This record gives sequence, structure tokens and C-alpha cells, in this order.
Amino acid sequence: MLINKTGEINHMYRERYRLLLPNTMTKRPSIFKQWFEETGNLSAFAGRYLRDSLRPPYDFGELLRQAFEVGYRSLGLVAITAFIMGLVITIQSRPTLVEFGAESWLPAMVSVSLVREIVPVVTALICAGRVGSGIGAELGSMKVTEQIDAMEVSGTNPFKYLVVSRITAATLMLPILVVIADAVSLWGAYIGVNIKGVVSYDLYVRQVFDTLEYSDVVPSIIKCVFFGFAIGLIGCFKGYTTTKGTEGVGMAANAAVVVSSLVVFIIDLLAAQITDLLNLN
Amino acid sequence: MESDNGNSIYAKFANGEPVLRVSGLKKSFGTHVVLDGFDLVLTKGENIAVLGRSGSGKSVLIRCLVRLTESDEGIINMLGLDVPDLGQDALDKLRAEIGFLFQSSALYDSMTVRENLEFPLRRHSKHLTQAEKDQMVQEALDNVGLSDTADLMPSELSGGMRKRIGIARTMIMNPGIMLYDEPTTGLDPVTGRGIGKLMLEMKKKYNTSSIIISHDMGCVKQTADRIVVLVNGRCRALGTYAELEKSEDPDVHSFFE
Ligand SMILES: Nc1ncnc2c1ncn2[C@@H]1O[C@H](COP(=O)(O)OP(=O)(O)OP(=O)(O)O)[C@@H](O)[C@H]1O
Ligand SMILES: [Mg+2]
Repeated sequence: MLINKTGEINHMYRERYRLLLPNTMTKRPSIFKQWFEETGNLSAFAGRYLRDSLRPPYDFGELLRQAFEVGYRSLGLVAITAFIMGLVITIQSRPTLVEFGAESWLPAMVSVSLVREIVPVVTALICAGRVGSGIGAELGSMKVTEQIDAMEVSGTNPFKYLVVSRITAATLMLPILVVIADAVSLWGAYIGVNIKGVVSYDLYVRQVFDTLEYSDVVPSIIKCVFFGFAIGLIGCFKGYTTTKGTEGVGMAANAAVVVSSLVVFIIDLLAAQITDLLNLN
Repeated sequence: MESDNGNSIYAKFANGEPVLRVSGLKKSFGTHVVLDGFDLVLTKGENIAVLGRSGSGKSVLIRCLVRLTESDEGIINMLGLDVPDLGQDALDKLRAEIGFLFQSSALYDSMTVRENLEFPLRRHSKHLTQAEKDQMVQEALDNVGLSDTADLMPSELSGGMRKRIGIARTMIMNPGIMLYDEPTTGLDPVTGRGIGKLMLEMKKKYNTSSIIISHDMGCVKQTADRIVVLVNGRCRALGTYAELEKSEDPDVHSFFE
């Protein structure tokens, strides 16, 4: 009997068909509930950011400091990665194109895939790692050592001072980082093109700019605004809501990286769908 | 001289008038009852010490007073305002009248000592010039005997020094009501007495009212006008040092041995 007299699902069947039954019937500790709670809290956090970021007074000093922290301090890492990406993608793509006798398409093809997809996502992932974990750990340790409480009790709005400045900085700096990374990666690709072939600098630049259109560049930069917002938001959320002492700080930093990396891919997927729907390609 | 800025709410209260009234305050964490109907009245110009065993809820009590921890039930009336019902702006305004010393000092790690002390100033007193701020910082540092630490980072200070910087940061705004969580713990007896003296000077100079949590009976005797003993989440005894010293209640008496 699947259902016994009291209306409950027979224990044996419940174990066997656990995966097929709805969650409430199997009495598993609900991951879904946790997930919904967390998502709800994150949305409330984002709502508070939107509200507080529009309300004066604005703290430009702190915003600049954070922009420096997010942007300038990530620049080296982002540039090196972008250069290598440009170089490697070019080297890897050449054999296929040569096979089809389309070697002269190399700059065009590589530049589109770099600018539209590879550079934004790789840059965002690097920032999720560097900036997300940094924010998560910093705010987390401020939380557990009562520094955030101290700000709160001195009548300063710590949310505004700490969170709004960081999220705004990440949102503004990521697109800028990506534009720079785009340029560096195209330079890497130029070197890649010239390893086995000879394409003059002028010809390369002309080919790249003939191929790239606004519809390649603009959506990819808009996408980065959302990447930056997500990285800042999740880092701040995880840090600001840390509990459980020092252990919690590590967990916050860790969760910030994992969740924001995942969210970067989800946003990327959505962005691809939306550009597709709007027929921008 | 009254409290330093004339438009403060605290300045409008007369000496001896209650500035803080707590009644029936309750707070639990899950099933763990910490405060179970605590009552207290603090009048203007008075220092009250709170005694209680470790884990009895002293820190939770003063956190509830400024809404760092939300209380479950009960009345908290500070400067005529119902603290649990205040909106964010009103709460911030009230908090500007309160100095809060954290048990852990809670210095801002990423800022120098000077920036730590300037932090509350630049939020509330935008009309101050840099020279005035510098002077206030220097004076606060002189008060706690750490004049030449302004450019150090908190990580370069000893535990006792951090505590004293915490005290300087609490006092720099000249708040009307001071809440000290273990101000002398971790200090040597001489410095501890110095801090006690400073607390008394503040009281005399600015007519502040304070709640002082302390295990240091020397400090309690030196600074407190009255003492409350917190046992099982309630006020077990209330009186002057001399009165409580003679108490028959073993829970109360044990603090004075
Ligand atoms: N955020 C919290 N979550 C759960 N329990 C808490 C929390 N904060 C405090 N408690 C509990 O409340 C009780 C009182 O804590 P509190 O920090 O007020 O003690 P205390 O009287 O200040 O002790 P001490 O003299 O050691 O500082 C403790 O048993 C503690 O476990
Ligand atoms: Mg305590």
C-alpha cells in the first residue's frame, strides 16, 4: 500500500520514491525554504540599497575610496588575464579557420567572441573572486567585532557608509574595467595573429573595427553593470549578515564568491536571451 | 556648563529629572531567557553601576537601550522618547545624545586612531573646522593619557590602550547619557583609577548621566552613585554602595566580598 490508513505515505515507499514526491511529503529538511528565505532577504537588502543610495547625504569620499579599491586594485590582474585570453583564443582558433581557408577572418572572429562574451565574463569572475571575497570578509569581520554596531550607535548609517558605497563602486567600476580589458585583450589577439601570420597593425585595427558594431559592444557593457551590481550586492549581503564569529567571516567570504560567480553566469544567460529577443545581433 | 550643544534634547532636562526609564524589559534568545522584567530609572546627573555575573545579560541590557538588540517586551523611555517605537531618523537623533563604550572597544580596524575619533564628529558636527576637530581629538587623547598615538592603527595598540581609545571615542561627542560596558577591565589599577576619575570629571563638567557595567568594585565604588544587581534577568537589589555592602542576600553580598 502506498498510502496507509492514516493517510500517510508508507515509510518504505517514501524512501524509495523520495525523489519523485513533493518536498512536503518526504519530510526532508527544506533546502527550498532556506533558499526562499535567503532570496527574500537578499531582495530586501537590494531594496534598501536602492532606497538609501538615492537619499542624501551622499558620501563621495568613501565612494571614491571604494572605487579605487575595486577598480584600480583589480586592474593589473584583469589586464593580465585579458591579454592572455586574447592571445590564447587567437592561437586556438587559427587551426580551424585555416582548415576552412578562412584565416583572414581570424581578427574578426576572435574580436567578436572576446568583446561579446569572454572578456566580460572572465573579468566578472575575477572580480567576484577578488572583490566579492574582499567585501564579504571585510564587512563580516566588522560585523562580528561590533564595528558595524559602533557605527550604528554613533548615529551614522553604516548601511549607507559601508554598503551603498561598495555596491555603487562595484557597479560603476566593472564596466570601466571591462572596457579596458577589451582593449588589452584585442592587443593580445593582435600579437596572437602575428605569431604565425603577418597582419599589419593598421589592417588588424581596420578589420576589428569593421566587424565590431555597437550591438556587440553596448549590450556587453550593459551586462557588466549588472555583473558589478550583483558582485557588490552579494559580497555586502553575505558580509553584513554574518553571524557566528570568526568562522562566519570565512563562510561569508566563501559564500560571496560562490554565489556571485553563479549569479554572473545566470545574468550572462539572461543577457544572451534578451539580446537575442531584441534581435540585436 | 550644560551638555555642549545647546539644542540637544538632554540639555532640556532638569537635574534630578529621569532621563531613562526602563520597566518590565524582557529579552530572550530562542528559549534562553536573558532579561525577564528588568526595571530601572536613571536621573539626570546620576551614575548607576550594574553588577551581575558573567552571562547574566548586562551587555544585552544596554544594547537593548540603544536598539542594537531589539527587546521583546517592556518600556524603554529615554529622554522622553519611546525607544522601541522610534523611526530610523528619530533613533539616529537620539543616539547622537548617547555615548556607548563597547566591551570589546570595537575600534574601526581600517582607520587610524585619529580617524576613529573623528568618525563620530564628522557625522554630527559638519560645522566644525579641521583645526577644531584636531583640537578635540587631541584633548580626548590627552584625557585618556595617549597623546602620541593619533597616527597609529588600532592593531598597533595593546588591549588596554584600545579600551582607552574606545573611551576617548565615546566621550569626544560629549554625549548626555553614557553607557559604559566594562570601562576598566583589562587596565592596570593605576590607569583604571585614572579612567574612573575621568568619568567623574565628565560627569561634573558636562553633567552627564551614566550606566556603568563593571566587575571592578574599586571602579564601582569610585564612580557610582547607586548600584543595581542583575540576577536572573531582574533587578535584585538597588541602592548605594554602603547599603548593598550590608545586604543579607547572598547573591548581592557575594559581589562585595
Ligand atoms: N546574539 C545573541 N544570540 C544568542 N544569545 C545571546 C546573544 N547575545 C547574548 N546572548 C546570551 O545572552 C546572555 C547574556 O549575555 P551578555 O553578553 O549580556 O552577558 P554579560 O552579562 O555582559 O556577561 P559578561 O560579564 O561576560 O560580559 C548570554 O548567556 C549569552 O549567551
Ligand atoms: Mg558583557
